[in-house]
Amino acid sequence: MEAVRAENLYKTYGHGATEVKALLGVSMVAHAGEVVALLGPSGSGKSTLLTGLGLLNPPEKGTIDLMGERVLEDGKAFGDLAALRRSRIGFVFQKSNLIPFLSAHENVRLILALNDQLGAETYTRSQELLEYLGVGNRSQHFPEELSGGEQQRVAIARALAPAPPLILADEPTAALDSTRGRAVMELFRKVAREQGTAVVVVTHDHRTLDIFDTVYEMEDGVLSRAEQTA
Amino acid sequence: MKDLRRQKVSFAATALGLGLLFAIVLAMGGIYRGLVEDATLLVDHMGADIWVVQRDTRGPFAERSTVPPGLEDRLRAQKGIASARSFSTATIQRIVGTRSLRMTVVGLSWPEDKGQALPLVAGRALRDPHREVVVDRSLGLVLGQILSLGDESFKVVGLTKGMLSSGGDGLVFATELDARAILNWQAPEARRVEREGRLARLGGTDLDSVSNQDRLRDERFIPPTLAPAPANAILVSLRPGASIDEVLRGLEAWPDVTAYTAQEQRDLLLKGVVEKSRKQIGLFRALLSIVSGIVVTLILYNMTVAKTHDIALLKLLGARSSVVVKLVLNQGLLLGALGYSFAILLAKFLFPLFPRRVMLGTAEYLGVGLLVLLLVTLASVAGIVRALRIPPTLILAG
Ligand SMILES: Nc1ncnc2c1ncn2[C@@H]1O[C@H](COP(=O)(O)OP(=O)(O)OP(=O)(O)O)[C@@H](O)[C@H]1O
Ligand SMILES: [Mg+2]
Repeated sequence: MEAVRAENLYKTYGHGATEVKALLGVSMVAHAGEVVALLGPSGSGKSTLLTGLGLLNPPEKGTIDLMGERVLEDGKAFGDLAALRRSRIGFVFQKSNLIPFLSAHENVRLILALNDQLGAETYTRSQELLEYLGVGNRSQHFPEELSGGEQQRVAIARALAPAPPLILADEPTAALDSTRGRAVMELFRKVAREQGTAVVVVTHDHRTLDIFDTVYEMEDGVLSRAEQTA
Repeated sequence: MKDLRRQKVSFAATALGLGLLFAIVLAMGGIYRGLVEDATLLVDHMGADIWVVQRDTRGPFAERSTVPPGLEDRLRAQKGIASARSFSTATIQRIVGTRSLRMTVVGLSWPEDKGQALPLVAGRALRDPHREVVVDRSLGLVLGQILSLGDESFKVVGLTKGMLSSGGDGLVFATELDARAILNWQAPEARRVEREGRLARLGGTDLDSVSNQDRLRDERFIPPTLAPAPANAILVSLRPGASIDEVLRGLEAWPDVTAYTAQEQRDLLLKGVVEKSRKQIGLFRALLSIVSGIVVTLILYNMTVAKTHDIALLKLLGARSSVVVKLVLNQGLLLGALGYSFAILLAKFLFPLFPRRVMLGTAEYLGVGLLVLLLVTLASVAGIVRALRIPPTLILAG
């Protein structure tokens, strides 16, 4: 099952002298249960691709299909992108992922509330997810009371909460030391395997590439599949 | 969406500040109403149908008026008039003990009016036609206290509450005769000079005789050619069923007086005596409302700006625009509600200590409440516009 398929994406920032061509005909696929890595030097367009797939920053050309359904074609949206974001896509970023004045538990429940799930079962679901990611005992803590690794686990729990087919993560381990970073990457794999979610992760850390099923490399707006290192 | 837990203290402090501002807006409304109330209080209390004053004056409150003696009797003879009583009032300032006291003396027409209709909080109405007064408690006098006014001493027998003149001075009620004695009192030396003057004037007439001169030298003698101290107005009550227009038309022909209905008398006070203060307060209030509006808008806008990151995150996570709008609107409404509550608390505990009456009724509370609601809603719009413009990708740039 293809969770996400992107075909021939083009994205240009600015115009005239300041024009930057960030994506030049990028195509990629991520399947359900698959962990995909996006490698590449700074400024190569990784984040641009990820926010494109995340329907935050639609590329002006090309198509994006979510679960076999066309959601974007040449910059034109099919359906409500915000609604697709809150129900179909989980987001994890490098930092500032969580709402600072909500507890870990509330941060997870928030995304359920955004999806109009407000019942008592959201409490159990949030708690279960936090426990699943090993931060169950931290559920009442506020983000600033959590370590960087714990914050990312809470963020992953939140990304998982609406059971989306796709999770997008942009350098989620950049603020973590290598041990904790690796642990988080392994969590992504566990999530993909056990929940059947496709996970696309932008990373700079070559040491964790063995965790991924597929590795793409970005270079000046052009994406290519890299050799599997594992 | 969720709450403002983290900024609890600063939020409360902001609400308190706004509360103060709203309280002042509320106070302005109350002072405005208090002013109107005070101005018309006495007219309402005296309960006359018609006020007869000196010809072409707007007395006795807006300007000085004296009416000729015997006017009551002339009025009583009119058709449709049930009663006519003289009325005197003036504001005096005297030293009582060590304090300089401003008070407005009001004459009650003994024996019909002993002050029994006054809002007494202590003591009793007048019982003796002389040397007793009922005073407003705002003057700070106590029951049994002796007031020396002119040659006479007056005993405080009753205290009223909230009986003030249009200038905000406490009222002192005495019988009409006592009031006139107080208001027209002159020092012995002044009376001596006056007697000298009379003698001199007498010398120029054919009334001059040794016996007349002797009599004029006598302090107790009041020459019949000199009028007794005049009253300021005559209060007329109509017979049941009598037409006020008819009576007024009849009085129009009288060359020495002008008659006003009670409503006209109230209008004279509102349009004349307190007009400028009223306008000033009204203007100040409008200005204050505008200032509050600007302050609330700035506060809400800045609170929204401070939440830029959280709002961007919410949008990134796919929050509907309505969620973002509610977030900003709720914060505005909460701020307004808290501020307004503080304002009401302040009003309850602080306003009674104000030197002048602050009169707050449901209309004032409701009016300011609606104003606050309007202000925070309008102010929230600025925040909402800003919030909706925040790009969700902002999260990634940080
Ligand atoms: N909002 C923007 N406006 C203009 N140019 C942009 C914008 N965002 C990205 N760019 C440009 O697009 C190119 C690709 O940026 P992108 O952020 O996708 O790179 P990246 O691979 O994620 O880099 P990094 O590893 O540093 O995060 C860069 O040259 C960048 O300067
Ligand atoms: Mg990037």
